[in-house]
Amino acid sequence: MLTTNKKRLRKRHRAETRFRAYGVLSLLVAVGILFTLIYSIVTHGYSAFYRTTLLLDIELDPERIAVSPPYSRSALMQGRYSSLVKRGLYALFPEVTDRRDRRELTALLSPGAELAVRDYLIDHPDSLGTTIVLEVPMSSDYDQLYKEHLPRSGENLRFSEQQLQWFDRLLQEGRIRYRFNTQFLFGADSRYPELAGIAGAVVGSFYALLVCFLLSFPLGIAAATYLEEFAPKTRLTRIIEANINNLAAVPSVIFGLLGLAIFLNVFGLPRSTPLVGGIVLSLMTLPTIIIATRASIRSVSPGIRQAGLAMGASPVQVVFHHVLPVALPGTLTGTIIGLAQALGETAPLLMIGMVAFIANVPATPLDASAALPVQIFLWAESAERGFVEKTSAAIMVIMMFLIMMNLLAVIIRSKTQSKVE
Amino acid sequence: MMNYAITADIPDSNDNIVRQMQDSMRSKTSDSSADIKMTAEGVSVFYGEEQALDDINIDIHSKQITALIGPSGCGKSTFLRCLNRMNDVIDGCRITGRIALDGEDIYAPSVDVVSLRSHVGMVFQKPNPFPKSIFENVAYGPKIHGLAKTQDEIEEIAIKSLKSAGLFDEVKDRLHAPATGLSGGQQQRLCIARAISINPGVLLMDEPCSALDPIATARIEDLMWELKENITIIIVTHSMQQASRVSQHTGFFHMGVMAEVGTTEQIFQNPVDPRTRDYITGRFG
Amino acid sequence: MNSIQLITIFIVLTASAGVLGWRRASSPAFLQQGRSRSRAVYHGSYTVLWCTVPMIIVALGWLLVESWVIRPAVMQTLALGGVQPTANIAFQYLEIRNIATGVLPDTHASDAVLIAVERYKSLSSIASNIFAALLLVAGVSGFLYSYRRISAKFPAREQVEKFVRFFLLASSTVAILTTLSIVMALVVEALLFFKHVPLLDFLFGTKWSPQVAIRADQVGSSGAFGAIPLFAGTLLIALIAMLVAVPIGLFSAIFLSEYARPSVRHTIKPMLEILAGIPTVVYGFFAALTVAPLVVKASAAIGLSASSESALAAGLVMGVMIIPFISSLSDDVISAIPTSLRLGSLALGATRSETIRKVILPAALPGIMGAILLAVSRAIGETMIVVMAAGLAANLTANPLESVTTVTAQIVTILIGDQEFDSPKTLAAFALGLTLFCVTLVLNFVALKIVSTYEERYD
Repeated sequence: MLTTNKKRLRKRHRAETRFRAYGVLSLLVAVGILFTLIYSIVTHGYSAFYRTTLLLDIELDPERIAVSPPYSRSALMQGRYSSLVKRGLYALFPEVTDRRDRRELTALLSPGAELAVRDYLIDHPDSLGTTIVLEVPMSSDYDQLYKEHLPRSGENLRFSEQQLQWFDRLLQEGRIRYRFNTQFLFGADSRYPELAGIAGAVVGSFYALLVCFLLSFPLGIAAATYLEEFAPKTRLTRIIEANINNLAAVPSVIFGLLGLAIFLNVFGLPRSTPLVGGIVLSLMTLPTIIIATRASIRSVSPGIRQAGLAMGASPVQVVFHHVLPVALPGTLTGTIIGLAQALGETAPLLMIGMVAFIANVPATPLDASAALPVQIFLWAESAERGFVEKTSAAIMVIMMFLIMMNLLAVIIRSKTQSKVE
Repeated sequence: MMNYAITADIPDSNDNIVRQMQDSMRSKTSDSSADIKMTAEGVSVFYGEEQALDDINIDIHSKQITALIGPSGCGKSTFLRCLNRMNDVIDGCRITGRIALDGEDIYAPSVDVVSLRSHVGMVFQKPNPFPKSIFENVAYGPKIHGLAKTQDEIEEIAIKSLKSAGLFDEVKDRLHAPATGLSGGQQQRLCIARAISINPGVLLMDEPCSALDPIATARIEDLMWELKENITIIIVTHSMQQASRVSQHTGFFHMGVMAEVGTTEQIFQNPVDPRTRDYITGRFG
Repeated sequence: MNSIQLITIFIVLTASAGVLGWRRASSPAFLQQGRSRSRAVYHGSYTVLWCTVPMIIVALGWLLVESWVIRPAVMQTLALGGVQPTANIAFQYLEIRNIATGVLPDTHASDAVLIAVERYKSLSSIASNIFAALLLVAGVSGFLYSYRRISAKFPAREQVEKFVRFFLLASSTVAILTTLSIVMALVVEALLFFKHVPLLDFLFGTKWSPQVAIRADQVGSSGAFGAIPLFAGTLLIALIAMLVAVPIGLFSAIFLSEYARPSVRHTIKPMLEILAGIPTVVYGFFAALTVAPLVVKASAAIGLSASSESALAAGLVMGVMIIPFISSLSDDVISAIPTSLRLGSLALGATRSETIRKVILPAALPGIMGAILLAVSRAIGETMIVVMAAGLAANLTANPLESVTTVTAQIVTILIGDQEFDSPKTLAAFALGLTLFCVTLVLNFVALKIVSTYEERYD
């Protein structure tokens, strides 16, 4: 009796299986793309954390550097170091004497090589006049060649036959080293991929987020508190509420236009600075914080309010002493998530000029600066092969920050949940 | 007469009770010829590590009403859901023992749960009409099970079910209005109409009147009496009065075991188990 | 006076106001006046407020002094030097400022500009000294006023709370002010644009090439501003994105909320959240680096030729970006459907998929429609993916393998470079922005309306 109408049942079960398979397939596609993306970024990017250096014997001759005693820091800063580096390189290839060949030879070195000598000398002024053994960065093409990102043969080859021979000889002699690239983590942007670093962008993003936090956190809590605790149910309140919800969905590029037209052109705030970036980002983050804070204020039991009022506390005291402390974890979670979104925002920052090329790390929020997502954009648009790995590595860095922020939010959430239980 | 003593506190139902008691006696006489529709043998239910039911044994008589009573959390609803395998929906729920419908084990691997549920219908505690029209609610079952080929046949079944549920006259002018616009009692009767639209042999009712007022409750109880001509009904109820009014057989659950089972008359007038006695006399519950 | 000195003045004044007010309220003489109505901390807060609020007002006022006093004076100097100010003087002024503050080198500047720069420097140094003096006067006088008012009988707490309430109210209007300034900024600049290009030509023109000559006397001599190709490109990419995101997102949500065991749910959901948290610039890079070459290769394999900046690549990646958006919104909507409906259907012998298709999805449809509308609004407002992966050439085509450009991509490319003074090209970005704002506003409004009425129904 239970097995009547078998044919129809089979058909229905097949439909069930199919439907379920669509679900599994969808999730597989979504998760698969996530892993493809991560895989693609990591495989392209991990090598940026390393760079190839060349071991050179460099004679620190004061005359060639053109410095005279006393060897102050500023005097050493202005010294000339390029011939020192070149001499060190020529010494390895005594047979290369032709001017043109020598020019080809120096193409192996990065313009950062002389800076490396300068920085060494500033740290060790005593070594002036001696010969030192120093690792200096190689130029991006040879860095990429070592990492096997550029071909050794084929069309549009970037190396001449003898350059490849020199490179191989240096490799055999063990003069080419593969080192952790501290300059990438602690340096500012550069036109040369092998010298480019993300510290400027990280600090710029940090300042922008700081400004964003300082503005949007108090304003967000205040607005949410007003709407939940004090606002009369009037037309104005409803308009404000609808406004906040709509603002949360306005495209970010519109906020960029706002920043450009109002903050830069009307108020004349300094262009390209984390200050303006932070202000624009705070306007975008505000709705997120308000919505999260309102939700967590709403979840505070009304008993707490009544208890406070019954003790003779004023409504303002009840809110600040009892309601907000309980609602704080939810607010913090919302704020962190809002800041994480702000960290990834690119378009509005492009429009307020944070796209400018800045070769130093900003000291204050009022200095022109890049930001992490903008740096990614700038490098992604660069033609040089060496910037592909930099872009991917910068993405790894920003993703790391995002994951840390989200973990923080998760930890806060789970901590408070266990406290309530 | 303990039964009478308990129900007497409902003022409007004195006559009713007498009539139903007589009915109850009458139906008891037909008991001997009644066959067994469902049986449970040694049924135990576990939610994860926790045991919810322990060794339940009961026979459900065909075309009669069996009431399952007991204090909250005693497992009576859990047992009811075992009868059409609605517990399958719950993660980590495990059932041992044997439950048979017309002699066939409903937990056998060859049994299709979808097919089983078309034979064992269910009505829930809170009316749960689909957010569609009244007509579509009743037509849903016949459609998915392919019981009708044409629109006319579906309409015929729908009207027949609504009539059986005593709802047709109230809604015939607004068959295509949203079902959620009906009153609570009407919604519950619609759910009954929906359940019987696919001709189940057994109808499970999980406290069907707990969300309804006394008048709506009386209508549902009357309806159950009519339905039992064709359908075997098992009802879980919180109200002992209801159990005594409508059922011919009663099972008393206590803390996951079936403390006592028998005819309604015997359970209410002459309970054997001391726990049943305490519950019936209102010492706990 | 530089900004660090100014900030120091501000902080020192604030701190001393607070400490002095608090000390006065806890002094023995004060306590002898009888039981105080408010605690000392409220008296301290009261003096702090009276000290800082005037200073903040002065500071905000100073921003206006810059744009209302210094700027006209500097521009006047510039005009005297023989440079005629153009309609969009903001950029000219910005250049002067940037030279004065050392952001821009002065090597390319004309003499007239250099004189204006000097004028700016002298004016702003005078202004900052006046500002510092005003700041001091405002802070100190506000403090003195409040300091003299506090006494045991003085209701300091009520006064402070009154201010707090006012601050809360003011904060909640920031959102409105933001919207208003967005509308104002867009409308003002767009109106300037429509002086050059008629509205109808903009909305219905089919040719877009915003390259206008840079020099002022050549304005309007060339350039076409018909936005239809941009609208078409935006819609094409959004359509591709929705074709990817809606089925995958919806089926993911259905599987997660209806089929998946809790353990699966707890593993997969965070992964979708990661997908949602990836910055769009990363998606843009992924589209350009990985997906676009794949599209080119795949279409070559079936004998078609695809542009390296095809609409398909941008649309696919944008779709991936929107998957978690749709799935999480739909998941919320589906989870809000009461379980009793599921049980009711299952008890009738329906299979799970029948229950989902015939009971749950119809019931959830309004909510899902709202989610899809929000997603569409997101797709047409998305910027970085199209900037990086779609093209810049305004092609009017429906072929997803060709390169198209979008509204947002044009806004960014127009404004990212060196902006030209008073050029319709620059202003066009604001006209495009206004269009985008209006369209997304309507979409969001309708979507939120649908979702909220839907939520009320099952509350």
